[in-house]
Amino acid sequence: MSTVQELGIKDNASRASDVIDMVGEKLVLNMGPSHPSTHGVLRIVLELDGEIITKADPDLGYLHRGDEKIAENMTWTQFIPYTDRLDYLAPLANNVAYTCAVEKLMGYELTPRAKVIRVMCCELARISAHLLGVGCYAMDCGAMTVFLYTFTEREKIYNLIESLTGARFTTSYTRIGGLARDLPPGWTGELSNFLKQLPERINEVDSLLTRSPIFVGRTRDIGIIPPDVAISYGLTGPNLRGSGVSYDLRKAKPYLGYEEYDFEVPVGSTGDCYDRYLVRMEELRQSIRILEQAIKKLPEGPIFVDDPKNILPPKSDVLTSMEGLIQQFMIVTQGIEAPKGEVYFGAENPKGELGFYINSRGGGVPHRLKIRAPSFVNLSILPHLLPGHSVSDTVAILGSLDFVMGECDR
Amino acid sequence: MADLTALNESFTARFPSKIQIRPLFRGETTWVVERAELLQVLTALKEQGFDLLIDLSTVDNFGDEPRFEIVYELCQLSSNQNLRVKSFISEDDNSVSSVTSIWATANWHEREAYDMMGILFEGHPDLRRILMWEGYPFHPLKKDFPLEGKATEMPDIAFSRPAPLEGGPFVTAPSDHVIEREPRARPTELI
Repeated sequence: MSTVQELGIKDNASRASDVIDMVGEKLVLNMGPSHPSTHGVLRIVLELDGEIITKADPDLGYLHRGDEKIAENMTWTQFIPYTDRLDYLAPLANNVAYTCAVEKLMGYELTPRAKVIRVMCCELARISAHLLGVGCYAMDCGAMTVFLYTFTEREKIYNLIESLTGARFTTSYTRIGGLARDLPPGWTGELSNFLKQLPERINEVDSLLTRSPIFVGRTRDIGIIPPDVAISYGLTGPNLRGSGVSYDLRKAKPYLGYEEYDFEVPVGSTGDCYDRYLVRMEELRQSIRILEQAIKKLPEGPIFVDDPKNILPPKSDVLTSMEGLIQQFMIVTQGIEAPKGEVYFGAENPKGELGFYINSRGGGVPHRLKIRAPSFVNLSILPHLLPGHSVSDTVAILGSLDFVMGECDR
Repeated sequence: MADLTALNESFTARFPSKIQIRPLFRGETTWVVERAELLQVLTALKEQGFDLLIDLSTVDNFGDEPRFEIVYELCQLSSNQNLRVKSFISEDDNSVSSVTSIWATANWHEREAYDMMGILFEGHPDLRRILMWEGYPFHPLKKDFPLEGKATEMPDIAFSRPAPLEGGPFVTAPSDHVIEREPRARPTELI
């Protein structure tokens, strides 16, 4: 039985209130972890002078689950489900990024079919995440209908993902050296049908938001991030491109055969919230282009790298031959034989650059796995960006930065 | 991938015997810099155009001396070249200069490094915990901190009992012996 003990732990808000003089010029407002507009469990302590913010201090860690510590105790393949839960709005993209990082460490070159399927997964995840980003952003700014339109499309994407991986959300689809399973028959046909009707839906959303005076009034010239500030704060993804810096990892350091696809990278001009919204809308259309090219391009062939020591044998071999059984047993219990060394691999996730720094000492577990989360870095600009804006602009700015706390806190 | 040999040569000329260039692994360049020269090398790299600090990680090599590694992942936007700069820090003297004045993004990365590994950063404007809450007594990512967490005496600060892992994660470990590679519970008997 524990007795009740009073401990005076001062957090930022109460400490700040100690400093405020009795006249009470500045108000400390806690935009708490449970808030409909903070896109997850983000707590921001705002110091207000009337309606204008003078200081903003984000308080993270409400969703910290210790993924990096867990990674040191999991084999390479066992960590894949944890990557689903990083950016939970685009789980396929996280799976791809992680397995590409481990394959870079192993020195694998994927088969052409696996590359194309992974590109399709990434772009589908990008469409899904941007639809949610735009939908929730519009809802935060007051346009409730747009949210429902984008989520209807996301439901169709979830159906596609479910037929592909078995789960709508926690996909764990990729494996080191390939994919969990091949495409189900007829999947590319369903994907094509979905892509045929998607541009009209995007046009509907566009017509509702892009020229709406309310939306433009709430987002134009709000939260302007100049390009040098954006680079200094390490922003990546649509946030950086909205500020005018044309840095897209799919073009700059192509992976998975992205150099063979014909697409453009939208870049904003002023770096305000409206530009970031426009960049995301245009990226949706470019992702549709990439997906159509990928469907045409999809080659036949194996999906796994040819490395019998580290790739699971087909189940028929496991159940009938001794070598297959032993191989399956060794790979599952001992993990994949990774070489010693360190790699960094960054993928262009919908939120930005998701990077994995892997320090390996050989064997089946990583020695250190650092997840470079784009949302964590994107949020770091808040203490610099928010002061000077009003409280209602906070919602617009948070929505335009489009972060996800699962990734931010890991 | 563009070539970094010109950069390697110019920097080893400027900082003789302070930068050790590791051989290329998977197409990536890694420099090992001594702790005293780290801030100068990084400032010089920023002037050379490496204006994007992608990541700042820390590695705990428990049992080795020096214990910690701090790893900076830089990118030169003009040429899309990545460079990794790292430095070894010993446990007794675990403070490094902060690079917040060079790249603003280092602010939060260094706060996380302090929070998770206990590495102090001199010159950091606001070094406090970021993912764990203030007042939490431990640095969780160190190797001597067990996965299930440590009990604390302060029930208001942290849990009083470690997480129920029922024998610990059954995990393999790198080794040449097959027996060592079997997954088994590996309790941290390091405390």
